[in-house]
Amino acid sequence: MNSKSYSLFLKDFKSELRTRYAINALAMFIIVAISVILFSVGQEKISKNLTGGLFWVVIFFTAMSGLSRAFVSEEERGTALTLQLIAAPSTVFSGKLIFNIILVFAMNTVIAILYSAMFEAFIIKNFVLFLASFVLGNIGLAISSTIIAAIIAKAGAKGTLYPVLSFPILLPLILTSVQLTLFAIDGTSFERAKFELAIVVSYDIIMLTASYMLFDFIWKE
Amino acid sequence: MIWKIFLFLLLAFVSVAGIAFPIVENPIKWYEFPLIPGLEENAKIIFFHVPTAWLTVIAFLMSTIFSFKYLRKKNLDDDIKSYAAAQLGMIFCILATVTGAVWAKFAWGSFWSWDPRQTSIFALLLIYGAWFALRSSIESEERRATLSSVYSMIAFVTVPFFIFIMPRIMKGLHPGSADDTNTGPVVDFKMNGNMLLIFFLSLIGFTILFFWMWQVGYKSLLLREKLNKQLIRG
Repeated sequence: MNSKSYSLFLKDFKSELRTRYAINALAMFIIVAISVILFSVGQEKISKNLTGGLFWVVIFFTAMSGLSRAFVSEEERGTALTLQLIAAPSTVFSGKLIFNIILVFAMNTVIAILYSAMFEAFIIKNFVLFLASFVLGNIGLAISSTIIAAIIAKAGAKGTLYPVLSFPILLPLILTSVQLTLFAIDGTSFERAKFELAIVVSYDIIMLTASYMLFDFIWKE
Repeated sequence: MIWKIFLFLLLAFVSVAGIAFPIVENPIKWYEFPLIPGLEENAKIIFFHVPTAWLTVIAFLMSTIFSFKYLRKKNLDDDIKSYAAAQLGMIFCILATVTGAVWAKFAWGSFWSWDPRQTSIFALLLIYGAWFALRSSIESEERRATLSSVYSMIAFVTVPFFIFIMPRIMKGLHPGSADDTNTGPVVDFKMNGNMLLIFFLSLIGFTILFFWMWQVGYKSLLLREKLNKQLIRG
């Protein structure tokens, strides 16, 4: 199963490198989103708290613009049936999940670097805490957006419904991650942020389990 | 038939009693409510706000249970039952949000203040708004039933975060928040006997009303399906 899902991931990775559709779209979207914020802020000095929130706004909308590709592209090219023949549903999900996790990490690293370069108020005092919440938040974001992408791909209405369906599912993660980012900016100690980190960890585990259990039903539809 | 008349009388009594019974400082007569410090006359909305919030939870729970049943048995009737329950849940959710906002205006000073409870009911509205949007986007019945059932299961696993975790880590104004010392989201029982009686009568009355409405709802949906099929066979 592992080698099969790895080769599925390689297939996605290679075809992505060939067309560079998702990477280009995501990169441009990041630039557009950050520059919209920069233009609307203008000469205004924005507070620390606001930068932490806006950071996750950029991440959310960028994720919504590109992550549905994983399954939608299969349906568009009509290759979903072939995949159903050669691999078990959980294998397909693992392959797509690995691809999306890598995409989310690449995308969010770029966002974080650009963002801290553009916003002077965005200074991380507790870097370890930020890194922990960043990694856990990315994994949760990738899991939820992958399973919703699978639903969207089967549902016909592709683009517009994706953020609508994902937002309420991602809301606990986003709220907690915004809180954790604020803690990292304020330099709160790891001890005090323990409970919030535990929430993100449990969110990741719960969503991962639910996704694997429910993906069979979506994929066989 | 007889229980419908009983239900009518019960709800009529609850509405009249809940609105009209006076609040006095030292209740002596059977129809007088005690004065609860900090709430005063606002306390009366509890007879309508809490039952609607309670029914929101019941309706969405039932919707999820029938979604789960659909995924197990693939019987389209379960999907229709789940849909009927979610429709009612949406109505009660809006009612709970509105009555809550009105109460908040008079108790906390503004209609909306992103209290954790308000955030979670907002998330619930979003989840079911998305759920209805998803359902309306799919033509095929089986596919619609499966995908919406899966979505409702995924949404269901996030509910504990909203109901149990968020209110406890965020500071809030609603009973049951992190900085709150009383018993929790359930009513802290500062009410006296007759107030409690009317409160529970209201809960029971609204719950019976809900189940009745739900039955009428899903039966009419089933009939419509049946008639449609007859028309097609024609």
